[in-house]
Amino acid sequence: MIGITAYGAYLPRMRLQKKVIADANGWFDASLKGLARGEKAVCNWDEDAITMAVEAASDCLGAGDKSADALIFASTSGPFLDRQHSVVVAEALNLEIDAIRTADVTASQRAATSALLFGLDIAAAKSASQVVVVGSEHRRTQVATREEMLYGDGAAALTLGNNNVIAEYIDSHCTADDFVDHYRADGSKYDYGWEERWVRDEGYMKIVPKAVNALLEKAQLTAADIKHFVLATDQGRVPAMLGKALGLSGEAIADNLLESVGITGAAHPLLLLAHRLEQAQPNDLILVVGFGQGCDTILFRATDAIGSKTPQYGVSGHLARGRAEENYNKFQSFNELLDKGLGKRAEVDKQSFLTAMYRNRAFTTGFKGAKCSACGTVQIPKHKYCVNPECGAGDTQDEHPMSNAVGHVATWTADELTFDFNPPAYFGMVVFDGGGRLMMDIAEVDPETFDTGVQVGVHFRVKQIDSQRGFRKYFWKAIQVQ
Amino acid sequence: MATGIKDKVAILGMGCSKFGERWDCEPADLMAEAFEECIKDAGIEKKQIEAAWQATGIDTFNVGPGAIPLSMALRLPNIPVTKIENYCASGTEAFRAATYAVASGACDFALALGVEKLKDMGYGGLPQRSRGVTNDLHFPNVSAPGVFAQLAAGYTAKYSTNKEDLKRAMAHVSVKSHANGAKNPKAHLQRSITEDQAMRAPMIAEPIGLFDCCGVSDGAACAIVTTPEIAKSLGKHDIVTVKALQLCVSNGEEVGFNDWDGSYIATTRHAVKRAYAEAGIKNPREELSMTEVHDCFSITELVTMEDLGLSADGGAVKDVLDGVFDADGEVPCQIDGGLKCFGHPIGASGLRMLYEMYLQFQGRAGERQLSDPRLGLTHNLGGFPYQNVSSIAVVGRHDA
Repeated sequence: MIGITAYGAYLPRMRLQKKVIADANGWFDASLKGLARGEKAVCNWDEDAITMAVEAASDCLGAGDKSADALIFASTSGPFLDRQHSVVVAEALNLEIDAIRTADVTASQRAATSALLFGLDIAAAKSASQVVVVGSEHRRTQVATREEMLYGDGAAALTLGNNNVIAEYIDSHCTADDFVDHYRADGSKYDYGWEERWVRDEGYMKIVPKAVNALLEKAQLTAADIKHFVLATDQGRVPAMLGKALGLSGEAIADNLLESVGITGAAHPLLLLAHRLEQAQPNDLILVVGFGQGCDTILFRATDAIGSKTPQYGVSGHLARGRAEENYNKFQSFNELLDKGLGKRAEVDKQSFLTAMYRNRAFTTGFKGAKCSACGTVQIPKHKYCVNPECGAGDTQDEHPMSNAVGHVATWTADELTFDFNPPAYFGMVVFDGGGRLMMDIAEVDPETFDTGVQVGVHFRVKQIDSQRGFRKYFWKAIQVQ
Repeated sequence: MATGIKDKVAILGMGCSKFGERWDCEPADLMAEAFEECIKDAGIEKKQIEAAWQATGIDTFNVGPGAIPLSMALRLPNIPVTKIENYCASGTEAFRAATYAVASGACDFALALGVEKLKDMGYGGLPQRSRGVTNDLHFPNVSAPGVFAQLAAGYTAKYSTNKEDLKRAMAHVSVKSHANGAKNPKAHLQRSITEDQAMRAPMIAEPIGLFDCCGVSDGAACAIVTTPEIAKSLGKHDIVTVKALQLCVSNGEEVGFNDWDGSYIATTRHAVKRAYAEAGIKNPREELSMTEVHDCFSITELVTMEDLGLSADGGAVKDVLDGVFDADGEVPCQIDGGLKCFGHPIGASGLRMLYEMYLQFQGRAGERQLSDPRLGLTHNLGGFPYQNVSSIAVVGRHDA
C-alpha cells in the first residue's frame, strides 16, 4: 500500500488584519473593503519559502526523523531561480544527503499536487522509501490589489511511503490546458490576472469537473462518496458551486481559509489537505484537486491508522498561534513594497563568502554541534579542541545534532541601535539543556512574556539579505517555546 | 625566573589631544597634537625615540592599515613602528609593547601612541562592520550597547537585583562621570547631568539608555617610556613607574561552556589577579588611590568594580549608590570623566587613562586633582562580555 504516512504545516505567526489594507487603500479602490474580512498569515522579514518549508517538514516528520530519502519542494516564490531549494531544506532537516533524491517543482499553482504525484510514483517505484513533499509560498502582491487582500503565506508537508500509511493512494487523473487565468513573467514581481468571472466560468467550472469525473469514473466512485474535497481557490464561492455541480455533499468541501490564512498559492492544496487530514476518519475518501494550466486530481482513502500520526502543530495548531498585526507599513516593509530608507547602519556590505558557507554548513544549515568523546561536553560550533577547560582534548569532537534542542535564555537585550528589519533586534546567550551554548538572534519575541530564563527552541530563518547581489544566508534563531 | 615589570620602566612624558568631535582634524593632526605635548613633557628630541607602537582599534575605518600612519604623521626617523589592534585594549597594548621594549634593554626611549578618528562615520555610535567571514555566518548583528546590555540581564538574574535599583546605580555611574568630565577641559562631554535625566533617556539596548553609553570620539594620546635611571639622569622628579601590565584574552569558555553566567567579565578577573600579584597589591580597595576603568557603558563599570575586587560580588549596586567611587569617595573612578565623558577614540583610550594617572601623580590634574594619589589602576575591555580582551595596567609613583 502506497500513500500518505504523515502531514504537517506551518503558518507565519504574523497575521495581518485585512481591514488595515482596505483602510489604507479604500480611497483608491473601494471594492477592497468588500474583501476586508478576517486576517492573513504573512512572513516576518526573516521567513521565506525555504524557512517555512523547513518548519512544515519538521512539523510533519517529528523531531530528529532522518529517514526520508527523497524531498520535493513545490513553490512559485522560492528565493532562487537557480539554487535548488529542496537541497537547502533537506540539509536543514539533516536528512542523509549522501543518498537522497531532491527536486523542485514550480511555475504553476498545481506545482505541489504535481509534486505529490511525482512523490507517489517515486514511492511506488521503490526509488525511495520515504518521500517528503513540501509546498511553500511567500507571495508577493502589489499594493491595493485584490491579490493583496486574498493571498497569504504558508507551507504544508506530507511524507509518502508504504509503511504506516494513514491515507492510501487510490488513483489520480491529470489534464493539461493552457488556460492563462494569471501569469507572472520572468522579471515580474507580481501576478497579472484576468477577469474573475471568466476564470470561474471557463476555468474552474469546466476544467475541474472534467478531470474529477474522469477520476471518479476510473475509480468507479460517485461524487457522493467523497468525504473531503480539497480545492484551492481565491474565489470564495467556487468550491460550493463546484460541489453543487459535481454532486458533492456540503460537508465535504474544505474551508479555503480565506479569512484566516489567505490563499497560499501552490502550497494551498497541501495546506487544505493537511487541515482535512486532522479531521478524517478511517475509510474517508479524500479528493485533492490542483488547478493551474490544467488539473491534477488525486484520490486517497484514510486508513485505520489515520489518527496514529499527528503533527506537532498542524494547521489547527498554527492557526491558534497567530498574532494579530495591524501595522500595514510593517508588512509593506518586509515585502519590499516601500522605497524605504533603512539608514546608514544597513549599508554594510553583506557579501556571503560561499567557501566559508560551504565549510560551515553542518553548523549553519544543520545546526550541528559536537560532543567530546573524552569528557562528554557538548559544544556548538564544533572545534578541534574541547571547550571544557578541565579536558581540552584535541580531535575528540563527534558531530552532535542540536536543531531539536531546547534551552533557556541566560542573557539578552533588545537592541534599538543596530540595523534590523524588525527592530529592536533581540539576541542573547542561549544555554541548551544537555550542554552547549551560543550567542544567537532571538526571533518572534513577545515582549510581554519574554525575559531571562524563558525556554527556547531553534528555528531555521533568514540571517541576512544581500540585496546588492540578490543572495541571502540562513541560520538558526532562538524562539520562545509556546 | 621572571620577576615581572614592576618599577623597571618609567613614563618620561605623556600627551593627549582634546577628545571630541574634531571635525576639522585629520588623524595625523590628532597624533601631532598629542605628540607635541608628550615630547615637550619628556624633554627629549624626536630623533632619540628608537621604536614606536601605534594603537588603532578600527583601522579599516579612517586611520588606515599598518603603522605607516604614525610614522608619516610624526615624520619619525625611519625607526621600527608597529601597529597594534586588540579591540579596545589597543592603547594599553601599545603601551605594553613600548614598556617591554625598554625593559628588555632593546631601547632607551620608546613611544606608544593611540589614535582613532570615528566621527567621519556619518552617524552616532561605532561603525557597523563585518566581524569576519565565518563569524558573519552566525553572529547576531549586534551593536556595542546591545552586547554589553547582556551584562545587565546576567547580573539581574544572578543576584535577583531589582531592575529599577540596577538602573538607578547605572545612572549614578554616569552622573558621577559627567560631574568629573565637567572639570576636564580636554573631555568630549563637559556638562553635568542629573540622575533623572539618565534614568529617562531614550532606550538604546534594554536596559542601556543614551546616558549609559560613552561618547564615541576623535582623539589621540601617547606616552614616551624609558628606564627610571634614565629619567632620573634627565633630571626628572615625581617619577611615575609601571607596576604591572597584564592582559587576558577569552578562549571561548564563556561563550561555549556551561559555566559563565553573564554577570561578570571572566578575563578581567584573571588579568587583575595577575596584575595585583605583579604589583604586590594585597588589598586593592585600600591600596589603590584611583581607577580608570573601561566604562564603555555604565553597566560595564558597575560589574568591573566587582571584577577588580573593589566591591564584593553582588555588592557593586550598593557601593556605587553609596558613592564609594565618586570623586570624593573611597576609590575614585574615572576622575577625568572616563570613556563616558572624556570620550572613547578606541585606540587612544588606554593611553588616555594612563595620561590622567600620570597627571594626578604629578599633581598636575587641575580642578580635579585628588589629594596625594600614589597608586592607580587602568582597565580596558574590548570585544563582548562573552568573548573579549581585558587589559590591566597598574602605575604609581616610583617611590610608592
